[in-house]
Amino acid sequence: MKLVLKIWRQQNGNSEGKIVDYMLDDVSPDMSFLEMLDVLNEKLIAKNEEPVAFDHDCREGICGACSLIINGVPHGPEKATTTCQLHMRKFNDGEEIVIEPWRASAFPVIKDLVVDRSSFDRIIQKGGFITANTGNAQDGNTLPISKIDADASMDAAACIGCGACVAACKNGSASLFVAAKLSHLGLLPQGQPERGSRVLAMVMQMDEEGFGSCTNTYDCEAACPKEISVKNIARMNRDFFKASLFGV
Amino acid sequence: MITLDSKIPSGPVTEKWDKHRAEMKLINPANKRKYTLIVVGTGLAGSAAAASLAELGYNVECFTFHDSPRRAHSIAAQGGINAAKNYQNDGDSIWRLFYDTVKGGDFRAREANVYRLAQVSVNIIDQCVAQGVPFAREYGGYLANRSFGGAQVSRTFYAKGQTGQQLLLGAYSALSRQIGAGTVKMHNRKEMLDLVLVEGHARGIVTRDLVSGKIESFAADAVILATGGYANVFYLSTNAKACNVTSIYRAHKKGAGFANPCYTQIHPTCIPVSGDHQSKLTLMSESLRNDGRIWVPKAKGDKRPADQIPESERDYYLERKYPSFGNLSPRDIASRAAKEACDDGRGVGPGGYGVYLDFADSIHRLSEETIAERYGNLFEMYERITGENPYKSPMRIYPAPHYTMGGLWVDYNLMSTIPGLHVLGEANFSDHGANRLGASALMQGLGDGYFVIPYTIGHYLASEKTAKVTTDHPEFKKAEQEATAQTQRLLNINGKRSTNSFHRELGLLMWDKCGMARTEQSLKEALKRIPELREEFWRDVKVTGVGEELNQSLEHAGRVADFLEFAELLCYDALEREESCGGHFRSEYQTEDGEALRNDEKFCHAAVWEYAGSNNKPIRHKEELTFDNVHLATRSYK
Ligand code: FES
Repeated sequence: MKLVLKIWRQQNGNSEGKIVDYMLDDVSPDMSFLEMLDVLNEKLIAKNEEPVAFDHDCREGICGACSLIINGVPHGPEKATTTCQLHMRKFNDGEEIVIEPWRASAFPVIKDLVVDRSSFDRIIQKGGFITANTGNAQDGNTLPISKIDADASMDAAACIGCGACVAACKNGSASLFVAAKLSHLGLLPQGQPERGSRVLAMVMQMDEEGFGSCTNTYDCEAACPKEISVKNIARMNRDFFKASLFGV
Repeated sequence: MITLDSKIPSGPVTEKWDKHRAEMKLINPANKRKYTLIVVGTGLAGSAAAASLAELGYNVECFTFHDSPRRAHSIAAQGGINAAKNYQNDGDSIWRLFYDTVKGGDFRAREANVYRLAQVSVNIIDQCVAQGVPFAREYGGYLANRSFGGAQVSRTFYAKGQTGQQLLLGAYSALSRQIGAGTVKMHNRKEMLDLVLVEGHARGIVTRDLVSGKIESFAADAVILATGGYANVFYLSTNAKACNVTSIYRAHKKGAGFANPCYTQIHPTCIPVSGDHQSKLTLMSESLRNDGRIWVPKAKGDKRPADQIPESERDYYLERKYPSFGNLSPRDIASRAAKEACDDGRGVGPGGYGVYLDFADSIHRLSEETIAERYGNLFEMYERITGENPYKSPMRIYPAPHYTMGGLWVDYNLMSTIPGLHVLGEANFSDHGANRLGASALMQGLGDGYFVIPYTIGHYLASEKTAKVTTDHPEFKKAEQEATAQTQRLLNINGKRSTNSFHRELGLLMWDKCGMARTEQSLKEALKRIPELREEFWRDVKVTGVGEELNQSLEHAGRVADFLEFAELLCYDALEREESCGGHFRSEYQTEDGEALRNDEKFCHAAVWEYAGSNNKPIRHKEELTFDNVHLATRSYK
């Protein structure tokens, strides 16, 4: 396959960026999207040009490091698939592909396609945990948890923290990310003692980081590679109002 | 000259850890905050250690080269975590988990460590449940288990096919709580480039900030490395792209003994290579072997599609050779059997390096829905990568480097041969011997981090009473200068070949000459070629960009430079271990029917290598291993 790549290049956080065009021949349909970028980078290095910087690591859809807006869509065209798992057979010979970084004010660009997502970490640090020091625990089976609750919690816990939900949202809201963590812990009996304080602390930090608010357009759910449901946002809102009105 | 004192407590193996815990020195709670500890790496072992130590009151400085601690590659572990809970009433016990792990490791692990691991395994599950890890449950609400490669009891706990992710997020949440509380200072996107010793003790590290390029030093009272394994020496592996040997190798160069580097695990169920562009290999969970049957055509060069090969012309070679374990035979055995079939010209798929993993029988017996419920996400992943539908035609799989049992040598307290330098998780060599059983890596990482290091580090600090040092100490300045010089040197070469091309060439060489099967000749060939390749690298590599900003080529080049030295160490170790055991298979040493042939008389020891300067052959030391409880026997899975 032959491709025309239009890639966002930006030297660093302080400089202006722009789209630069690259032609790439000999793309195999069996390549992953990132392998296609590897090939481009090898060509750039051979020409003494700087390769395109992008975040990635596991390349199997679980670490949440990869990102990229591909033709306007976070993680590209394939449903429930991260960029690293997307393969070139989903594209056509001769196609033009626009590749940009996550765009959100809470995710500043560091270089090219690499953005800073440490705001997510800071939200978790405010309350995305259960206070259980090492050694505190009693036998795991003393706390039966219905399979239904455990499975629902697991579905929310599947979030990989990639930030596609934020990138997809016209308001740059992190609601789906935050709500997924709140549901993961709030659906389990272990998570109950801190349920109220957790939602207040995390939502407050989300606002402080400059994420926008949720206006229920559901683009986040559509973009989520792990298909996290927007129902979690409803649960978060309910918990938030309950905690703010009636205390934690 | 390094000395190896394993510090194994006396007494029966079942009582060693309890006795040791009773005897270790403690640090008064009010004094803990006077100590600073450095933790490098935030996978299961590193996050668990950093969180637990901070809970105890220590000041922790924690480092990761990722943009967030949650990205560490522990996150990708699929299958599960073992624990000797015996919830299934199927005869499991701490003793049995201990026994299975020693036997599975082909009698090359230290009994005392393995017993302790089996003991703490039960606490790990409890801790994870308390943190909110959503383990799979039965309808009654109790924890579910499954059986997993190489075990005859059901002792594996799991969270769908994402157990590593959930356990890591549990440890990450505990770590995040401490970061929020200010007891852990977290350094993201900072890569360790060197270890700093002051008066023979590990007292700090030098790092490069991957965004600003700044080279900095950090001082501490002790250093903990939890930086994972080195399977990327093979270039193609199931490890994440950034996994590397740099931290432990640089510590090795500063005097830490490196144990058993030749014990590398090749995982039997990975998706085969699709072409030269391949950048990594993807594991398909071993749990697939519970319901999939592995086969190749009986005839060489049979190119018919799978569904046109009649039952009588298929060779279900694992079931044939190992009737009692069949498709669930341990990883090393299953991998080697696949290689043999392919080397014999009976491999399937493009290039002939693949074997079938066939679900047709299970779908017929259990229904497609049941199979979808068990493995749906894995089947989807397979289809996404290969474009083939495994409900319709069998999967193709082939072995790939996955885990490394070797690592820095540590004593019973997880301390390396450098006082103050502690090593946890995959980065150390301690618990898996020559082969790791499925679902045991997560157990070891968390065991080391949650339940071992919090005890043993206190003992070290209380016993040593070293003077405070700061980063103004000349040793720090010297290490900083060296790190800066190396970075500059890489940038100045301005040769013709990319770092990746060197990494790929090294990987191919290692896979060919020192992969699933090794011979004296192949190893000697590798040992001849590696120094040449290294010399070419330092002469002809091209690293673009500058050192003062985010520069991924530079990061990669530094890691590959270390792999190019480390590969030699791995080959020396493989060459001198003249036996076959676990993940180390020397073709010269096999039984008549092709099984690994150990040589207990000569090699019942851990080989511990001491660095002897660049271009000098490292010095081999031995820690003799004794088996007082699980008696040396030939592993048999027939
Ligand atoms: S690189 Fe890990 S999710 Fe894509």
